[in-house]
Amino acid sequence: MPVELLAFFDQLWLARFPLLRGLGLTVAISSLAIVAGTLLGVFVGLALTYGARPLRWIVRGYTDFVRGTPVLVLILASFYVLSTVGLHLNAFQAGVLALAVFCSSHVGEIVRGALLAIPAGQTEAAKAIGLTFRQTFIYVLIPQAIRQILPTWVNTAAEMVKASTLLSIIGVGELLLSTQEIISRNFMSLHFYFFAGLLYFAVNFAIERFGNYVERKTSLPT
Amino acid sequence: MPDLLEIRDLHKRYGETEVLKGVDCDMAKGDVVCVIGSSGSGKTTMLRCINMLEEFQGGTIRIDGQVIGYDVVEGRRRRKKEAEVARQRALTGMAFQQFNLFPHMTATGNVTLGLVKVKKMAKEEARGLAEQWLDRVGLLSRKDHYPGQLSGGQQQRVAIARAIAMNPKLMLFDEVTSALDPELVNEVLQVIKDLARDGMSMLIVTHEMRFAYEVANRVIFMSQGRIGEEGDPREMFVKPRTERLAEFLKNSTFH
Amino acid sequence: MGYSLNFSAVWRSFDQLLAGLGLSLALAVGAIFIGCVIGLFVAFALRAKTAWLRRPAALYVTAIRNTPILVLILFVYFALPQLGVRLGKIDSFVATLALYSGAYLAEVFRAGLTAVPPGQREAGLAIGLTEMQIRTSIIVPIMLRNVLPSLSSTFISLFKDTSLAAAIAVPELTFEARKINVETFRVIETWIVASCLYVATCAVLAALMRRVERRLAVPR
Repeated sequence: MPVELLAFFDQLWLARFPLLRGLGLTVAISSLAIVAGTLLGVFVGLALTYGARPLRWIVRGYTDFVRGTPVLVLILASFYVLSTVGLHLNAFQAGVLALAVFCSSHVGEIVRGALLAIPAGQTEAAKAIGLTFRQTFIYVLIPQAIRQILPTWVNTAAEMVKASTLLSIIGVGELLLSTQEIISRNFMSLHFYFFAGLLYFAVNFAIERFGNYVERKTSLPT
Repeated sequence: MPDLLEIRDLHKRYGETEVLKGVDCDMAKGDVVCVIGSSGSGKTTMLRCINMLEEFQGGTIRIDGQVIGYDVVEGRRRRKKEAEVARQRALTGMAFQQFNLFPHMTATGNVTLGLVKVKKMAKEEARGLAEQWLDRVGLLSRKDHYPGQLSGGQQQRVAIARAIAMNPKLMLFDEVTSALDPELVNEVLQVIKDLARDGMSMLIVTHEMRFAYEVANRVIFMSQGRIGEEGDPREMFVKPRTERLAEFLKNSTFH
Repeated sequence: MGYSLNFSAVWRSFDQLLAGLGLSLALAVGAIFIGCVIGLFVAFALRAKTAWLRRPAALYVTAIRNTPILVLILFVYFALPQLGVRLGKIDSFVATLALYSGAYLAEVFRAGLTAVPPGQREAGLAIGLTEMQIRTSIIVPIMLRNVLPSLSSTFISLFKDTSLAAAIAVPELTFEARKINVETFRVIETWIVASCLYVATCAVLAALMRRVERRLAVPR
């Protein structure tokens, strides 16, 4: 084995705890953002599809604004602006908030798209057998929409893991920032960036595979 | 004098199923031959083999004396080089059931493409020739229309002009009216009849029995991958010699 | 709260923001052009019959799609020089973004190629065109028209991704905004103006793309 590679493994062993902490924080950030973003996003999607006009306009403005702004700008704005208006969030909280907002606009569009994709005939058929809107929604629309939503939603999770790297820019010690700190000590940028990339790949590849699995499981037999 | 088309013992398999089980067919220059038969009888496949759109596993096809598609080197069949196959394809012209016009080009653009890219004709000259052929199929006024702006019948006429403009020795028609609304069928058949009158050699797969009766000087009835019967339509349609053809004719409509 | 909005400091630096926006757009345009070329070749490779073309192409697409772009940016800028590949900030960023978009565009193009009916190829063969001529004059032009909407949305998200160039100090819009934030302490105003610039540019780009789509659409 080349000397350089031995040196890398040596350094990797030394850095194992910061790296693991970073990875843990990445997972924590992503999970929190996904959970909060999904809850908010389902509301956004329902408001976009069934909301009364003023609510729909407000929510549409929100999603358009969020989708038109780069995630990094959302993160920086959340970090700098919120403390200026007296809401004292630390970098971690501000970052998670920004990611959750970003996630909610994605999920909102996914939910809306899935609900709109259901043919109008389904609602009419449900009405014809005497179901109320509530019943129609629970027994007819949700089961159909969920099949469309789930696979895309799993991909959104991978998006969140990728976007969580941006929190390194405001100083949250997730995997990428831990990596950078390690590199600043041992200058092995090639090896450690590659290693970090590999870790992210592993996490996202697993999520992608899981998404494919979910898609197979939820698709209706044809 | 060599035949224009000479097919000997043509065999074609898709995996395990043999769709052509030894077909022989000859055409002289100026012949108009209609191929009839129920679906799955192999008539379209035979046409596609002639144009090398399908590979075939046995037998030979000669057009104007040239062996199509394969060389035999030291006793082994080998597919000819791509450029050579492309050149040989230009010996024949083909019109498809689904027209297959290029949707992003005007009628003129569709006709000139082959002239410019294959025949290396100058653009101006190609356009002149294209307009001449579009005029022949009655569509000069639509020369700048895109396929999406034309009716099915008009699209098929442009597709025929596109094939004929390449000056093929033999025209192949693959159920060219099957995808058309009934009221658009005649305008296309009329174009083919005009070509027949001008002496174009044509091999036509069709379901239009009346048209076959009128235009063909010979009809081939295909059945289960073989030629069931062939001859003059005026005799064949009136007095079929085989049970199969009689059955087929009974189930066909002449309108 | 005692914070009163005052945009004058931001307006004084507005030229800087606009210059940053211009650079952001230039980065996105450069990246998508190279990305399209990469994507086209990779898309054909993904559909190739031979595995030694298909496998590396699939690996490239999967690897890029599952790696955070910020990691790619930092890797190309900070780590590649250790292998002797030394690029300037802007070149390095455009190269990364092109490589990144190439993977996404390859998927877009592959789907577009699959959607071109096989009859188009056969019609090309029937008039004697070679496979290469069929690709360049029939398949690719039809495919590009079909995928134009996805191409536009890829371009818009690339434009947003240019904000990450701030991480390697490329003076694009986000970098300039952060600088003004630090210099003037007009925090809220700076980020309002910066995000409005992004949102407005995205809206204008989307509208422009729709016009292009309509103009290039096949008449029917």
